[in-house]
Amino acid sequence: MYAPAVEREIKEVVQEAIEKHGCGRDAFIPILSEINHTLGYIPAEAIREVKAQINHDGSFVSQGQLYGLASFYDMLSTQPRGRHVIKFCENAPCHVVGGKAIWDALRETLNLENGATTPDKKWTLVTTSCIGLCSVGPVLLIGDDMYGNVTVEQLPEILERYE
Amino acid sequence: MKTKRAMLLVSTDPESIRLGASDLLKSLKEALEAYQLQDEVDVAEIQDIERTNILPFVVVYPEASVYGPVKPGDARYLVEEHLYKGRIAEDLLAPPKQLTGQIGSLRAHKGYNPSEQRIVLERAGRIDPENIEDAITHNAYEALGKVLTEMTPEQVIDVVEKSGLQGRGGAGFLTGRKWKFVRAAKGEKKYVICNADESEPGTFKDRIVLEGDPQSILEAMAIAGYAVGADEGYIYIRGEYGHAYRRLQHAIEQAEEFGFLGKNIFNTNFNFHIHLHAGAGAYVCGEETALIESIEGKRGEPRPRPPYPVTRGLWNRPTTVNNVETLANIPAILRNGAEWYRSFGTPSSPGTKVYTIMGNVNFSGVIEVPMGITLREVINIYAKGMKPGSVLKLAQTGGSSGSIIPSSLRDVPMDFESFRKAGVSLGSGALLICDQHTCIVDLVKVLLQFFRFESCGKCTPCRVGTQRSYEIVDRISKGQGKLEDLDTLQTLIAEMERASNCGLGQTATVPIRDMLKHFRTEVEAHIRLGSCPTGVCEMAFEKMES
Repeated sequence: MYAPAVEREIKEVVQEAIEKHGCGRDAFIPILSEINHTLGYIPAEAIREVKAQINHDGSFVSQGQLYGLASFYDMLSTQPRGRHVIKFCENAPCHVVGGKAIWDALRETLNLENGATTPDKKWTLVTTSCIGLCSVGPVLLIGDDMYGNVTVEQLPEILERYE
Repeated sequence: MKTKRAMLLVSTDPESIRLGASDLLKSLKEALEAYQLQDEVDVAEIQDIERTNILPFVVVYPEASVYGPVKPGDARYLVEEHLYKGRIAEDLLAPPKQLTGQIGSLRAHKGYNPSEQRIVLERAGRIDPENIEDAITHNAYEALGKVLTEMTPEQVIDVVEKSGLQGRGGAGFLTGRKWKFVRAAKGEKKYVICNADESEPGTFKDRIVLEGDPQSILEAMAIAGYAVGADEGYIYIRGEYGHAYRRLQHAIEQAEEFGFLGKNIFNTNFNFHIHLHAGAGAYVCGEETALIESIEGKRGEPRPRPPYPVTRGLWNRPTTVNNVETLANIPAILRNGAEWYRSFGTPSSPGTKVYTIMGNVNFSGVIEVPMGITLREVINIYAKGMKPGSVLKLAQTGGSSGSIIPSSLRDVPMDFESFRKAGVSLGSGALLICDQHTCIVDLVKVLLQFFRFESCGKCTPCRVGTQRSYEIVDRISKGQGKLEDLDTLQTLIAEMERASNCGLGQTATVPIRDMLKHFRTEVEAHIRLGSCPTGVCEMAFEKMES
């Protein structure tokens, strides 16, 4: 899972991302995705650091542009998230096969609204657009783990698997 | 009673008899005895008026394999292969049942649905997708070799144009023509982009291609590059498809190692490089100009068109943007020719279409069938019928921005032309089948929730229109709507269609339009009676009571 930001120097994380993806304009989104994946979100310091390192390498990017990307794309987060992010598909194919009941049960069990994180920083609950697993709806993702044909009865057992 | 493990149905109508069915029947029985299978296999005689082109035929259950026409001399072979050795006697298989339109025959394979015809998914599921050698033994890169060594770029474009292949991303533009535009566009540097940002809810056909046969896309992109005069290509794959991303990454490495990508491919002076670019979660990036913006490291906000990408695309250079499914057709077309391709589907929409089926049906998943089959056929044959107790109420074709069609339209052939005439959009090929427990207001509300979330916010008609229409439909779903709301909706969607910058805002209106066109009574019931006929919507006053 995600290493907490404190454990790794943000500078180092940014540097690795840039080394991997280069610093051309087409690398901006992959760099931010990489940082988001490593740190769990994109802290403001990381955006400053990306700007400094990329501009040092000869390209130009502004902080505003980077923040614009981080706030536009759904898979990037500018806020810290819980250790486990539950993504629930709220689109029509999952909806017509019983998705709403799962969503209601999730919110009730975790006592969370869409986009919120539990006080113990264990869970973040978000809805997501279709993830292409429609033949086994309703679908949810916990981190990179996919769960299909989910029933309300299965939820406690699924959630228990995570520390 | 003894249990039988298989059953043979042999056609013995007068026409079949004339063509030798009696001898066939006799030979089959003899063959069964020769393999001592007579106690395990039942033989029955049937008549079937639909299959007059393959008489006499034999259907073997439980697999429901259809063989025909079968000569008496084939009987022993059929029994030996299918019933004794337990494998399909492929060379005796009947051509797939005539569905609608003009349909050619492609060899059916074991395990496929009887009339499924695979071009796009030919290799998916039959080869090891991580192993390029396996793909090569199944014809991969044969077309690229042929193209680079025997054909000029103009000839390639000509074949693709003559094949009638239309873009499978939803708009249905002729692929060959698009390539022609890019080839003709001024500029030294050009690009090929594979649009693998498959975000339309309910659509996962491209994922199956990318995960099951990644080499087909790389080969097609190289062919496209040769045709339009590009030496660089991008695959823009949505961020959510991590598995497909890794498959492609591996596939590109292997293709480079084997010399199918890189410099001097097939010892010609043609070079082609492919970059793999992952998105980060934005539905609007499936729109080609938003996708290009996103590759260029910007927010995925669509550009005004024109200029179109064919003249000013990636980095302002001429660019062809093609959908995964479209590209997956390319190698087969160049291997077999335009005429061959035109033997599938209908004259105005040649080829096959990959559909994803889901909803209240017995089988959900991916099928590839000729263009022009009907929704009824999809449900009855491929989806193996509605779930027990379910009756078809409506179907949504083509994802969120697709049409919602009532059950009365289930016999319209699904091809670009017929759908256009019926005012229906074929879209991405997602088929969401809904039963009588689906409330139209609730469904449209879910769709509008999607659009208001995914609207990029750049242009006002879409940003505000999706939000306002959601609010109105939400009110109706709570029993708080007014009849005037329906007029407001009509006005809103007309403006959104007219003034939105890109396809998102222009087509977010389709579900609303279809709701008002086909299901107005149900919507009005929410307003006039304050109740939901299907009992799905939670009415506001019911909440207060409890």
